Amino acid sequence: MIDQELVGDTIAYARGRGADFVELFAEDKFGLGVGFDDGKVEELSSGRDRGVGVRVINGDTIGYGYTSDFSRDSLFKAAEAASAIARSAIATKAVPVDFAGHLEGPDPRETTHPVAGIPKADKVALATQADQVARQEGSEIVQVSVGYADSHRSILVANSDGLWATDSQVRTRFMVSCVALGDTGMQTGFEVAAKTTGFDLFEDVDVAELARRAAQRAIAKLSARPAPVGVMPVVIKGGSGGILFHEACGHGLEADHIVKGSSVYANRLGDQVASKLVTLVDDGTVGREWGTMGIDDEGHPSRRNVLIEDGVLVDYMWDSVRANKQGRSSSGNGRRQSYKHLPMVRMTNTYILGGNDRAEDIIADTDHGVYVAKLGGGQVNTATGDFVFGMVEAYLIENGQISAPLRDANLIGNGPEVLGYIDRVADDFSTTPGTCGKDGQQVPVGCGQPTLRVTRVTVGGTSGG
Amino acid sequence: MAELVDLVNRVISWARPGEQLEAFASWDRELDARVYDGAIEYLTQAESSGLGVRVVQGGRQGFAYAGTLEESVLREVLQEARDNLSFATPDEFVGLCKPDGVLPVPLELWSDEVTSMATQEKVDLALGLEKAIKSGDPRISKVESSNYADVAWEAALSSTAGITVTSRGTGAYLSAYAIAEDGQDLRTGGGYSVGRSPGVLSVDEAARDTVVRATQLLGAQKPPSGKVVAVLDPRVSASVLSIIAGTLSGDAVEKGRSLFVGRLGEVVADTRVNLIEDPTNPLAYLASSFDGEGLACRKVNLIENGVLMGYLYDSYSARRAGKDSTASASRAGFASTPGVGFRAISLTPGNKSQDEIVSSIDRGLLVTSISGVHSGVNPISGDFSVGAEGIMIENGQLTRAVKEATIASSIQKMLLSIVDLGRDVEWLPGPSAGVAMAISDMSMSGA
Repeated sequence: MIDQELVGDTIAYARGRGADFVELFAEDKFGLGVGFDDGKVEELSSGRDRGVGVRVINGDTIGYGYTSDFSRDSLFKAAEAASAIARSAIATKAVPVDFAGHLEGPDPRETTHPVAGIPKADKVALATQADQVARQEGSEIVQVSVGYADSHRSILVANSDGLWATDSQVRTRFMVSCVALGDTGMQTGFEVAAKTTGFDLFEDVDVAELARRAAQRAIAKLSARPAPVGVMPVVIKGGSGGILFHEACGHGLEADHIVKGSSVYANRLGDQVASKLVTLVDDGTVGREWGTMGIDDEGHPSRRNVLIEDGVLVDYMWDSVRANKQGRSSSGNGRRQSYKHLPMVRMTNTYILGGNDRAEDIIADTDHGVYVAKLGGGQVNTATGDFVFGMVEAYLIENGQISAPLRDANLIGNGPEVLGYIDRVADDFSTTPGTCGKDGQQVPVGCGQPTLRVTRVTVGGTSGG
Repeated sequence: MAELVDLVNRVISWARPGEQLEAFASWDRELDARVYDGAIEYLTQAESSGLGVRVVQGGRQGFAYAGTLEESVLREVLQEARDNLSFATPDEFVGLCKPDGVLPVPLELWSDEVTSMATQEKVDLALGLEKAIKSGDPRISKVESSNYADVAWEAALSSTAGITVTSRGTGAYLSAYAIAEDGQDLRTGGGYSVGRSPGVLSVDEAARDTVVRATQLLGAQKPPSGKVVAVLDPRVSASVLSIIAGTLSGDAVEKGRSLFVGRLGEVVADTRVNLIEDPTNPLAYLASSFDGEGLACRKVNLIENGVLMGYLYDSYSARRAGKDSTASASRAGFASTPGVGFRAISLTPGNKSQDEIVSSIDRGLLVTSISGVHSGVNPISGDFSVGAEGIMIENGQLTRAVKEATIASSIQKMLLSIVDLGRDVEWLPGPSAGVAMAISDMSMSGA
């Protein structure tokens, strides 16, 4: 992607300004999207975004500059901009760097079908098929939108400690969104499949099945009644419910919030912060999951990190800046959206591990409450722990039975409290892909959990109360 | 700027017979600084640019982009867009936007100060803000971040349909996020001051905003569940107006994805509701002379005295609907095609202050922040459910602070249940202006 001598010269130049640490991040990303809507292939869109970011660190201060131009002049200009925070106003002398430690991103996700080699027509055909299947599910389906997107991102991280690390990240995503029309108005159903892999995503994922599920959800919701109001037990089906933990505790365990004391989980290591049934891990190494990668965007190999074990807080997630402050090593959680962004502490695949219960027993043992089959998204305030998450497929539970479907609503709770209210955890672990936004940066993440029950959550509907 | 125009004109000059081309190029320069504990935490300074090319032929369109303006990639991008076109389904309404003769309203969106002010002076604004917040109230325990950011941008658009426009602008943004503690409780709040140049930013205003928002809900409790009149403060009402404006997109309407399909001329809101989109208002944060397809921006009446008057159209959705474009095409950047969007939504204000509205309510909730808008609001079914914080209103008085509650209704019901509007319009950093708004019969879920 970029000549090693030029990388070395750029880093040496910035170090000459008196910086403690200099890092060069180069990225070359190809993307293709197919937009199918309203019964038509509306548009194929493709492009390439590449560039270089130079990060300079002096004590607790970080300088950053970037450029989309790989020429020596532009790289030095970016290094110059990043050095604005440096101790010395002018370069004294270059401090050379020796790239001794080469690290190739371990690639457990060997993709048999790199996206670049697949004809565009094959990608379009999948979208067309999904549209047809969804519309065949029922005359209530009045609109279908299908999206296919793939990307191939090559990254290089080199730094003044001599690190030279590369990774190649191929990601493919497919989504179906349906609108159903009935006497009660319109309802929506959405399904997504996304993995860190190429076209072989479709060896595991049947787009027809995905389309059917999205259409069926929209149709089923036409007979939905308003969600209830108030505090009640909620049983959350395995899979998308992982979003709850991403919000309820994941963000609060990111070390940037911890070192600033702006998390409810700061200074709580060794404490019981959740029910004994809860073991939470963040794992960037799992198979081809959406948040998986060979190395993070600071050049550290991705890792499996246990955060909460049997309810006890055992560690936080770290990037190198925050880790250095504490005299420890990064946990491989330094990520950035692109070369235009500074890395910060981010989740990868965040999972609640499975328990011993059976999902059907948990439902049968719940007298009255809400069964959430699919969660949409959420938001948290890490300092107070208050968070919301939206249910997009939910049902009432009456006398231990799943009954009437419910309209969309948010649920609200406090992270540490909700983690303590988990009293049943099933053995049916499953995962879902998502996009996590923090400080204006979006990165792909995985969420996962088994079916579980929270004894007290506030349901934000309109019925009763 | 001249370079960008030359570049897009050169790209469209490569059009083949029978082919329509549109090229969009943009450049921007950003500075982003965060301070913490009296020192710079980070400082980013950089320039970037990119190109997007749309090709239309035979009712089909293709698009491609590159995050660079290097000469060597221009033809590659065009070739890729042509290749992409070949996979699209022919659609009689696909085409480039033609000039419609509406003259642009000139707007001065650029300030040299953004590029001339020294970096240190900008950083000092953020340092001053952090200091002002810390000394603003003894209950402020931490300023989690204090930020100064600015941007200067230029863009050029040219097409074989006869459009060539350029635009440029600057923006400056001072913001902070703080934590307040009183020994028993901990709450957070963010505040800001925005403008087109650093010189108009007010450290005091941003500090006051941050301190008030961080401290005003200390001691908050979960409220009992029940029906309330929700008084949305301007910042919250601006988010709600953006949701409503989204449902009036001509594209959503044409594709049957809006609850307002086929309802032109019907009463859709309380009679005091007059909703307009007017990007030519220089007070609007996203004010613009041109839309994303190069038409002159104009004022659009969406709801008048509660009656639905129109939708927002770009050229494609307008052709489908048999209407004229309302110049509501917007671009997320060079890497995507334009689509229907909005830049400056506002309500005609009422005649009471927010305090007067509050004092007229028996049982209500003054909502000072909402969360989970992307997860709990469905603009197609119309279901509305968000996390809410604020202060209870009892017999016209603000009483207890409230946290961890939700407020819910439906978009349609909320529009019909607006019982009061404030007189002060606040232009906020987003596509909608805020005005205090009282909505009756909302379900509050708490303890």
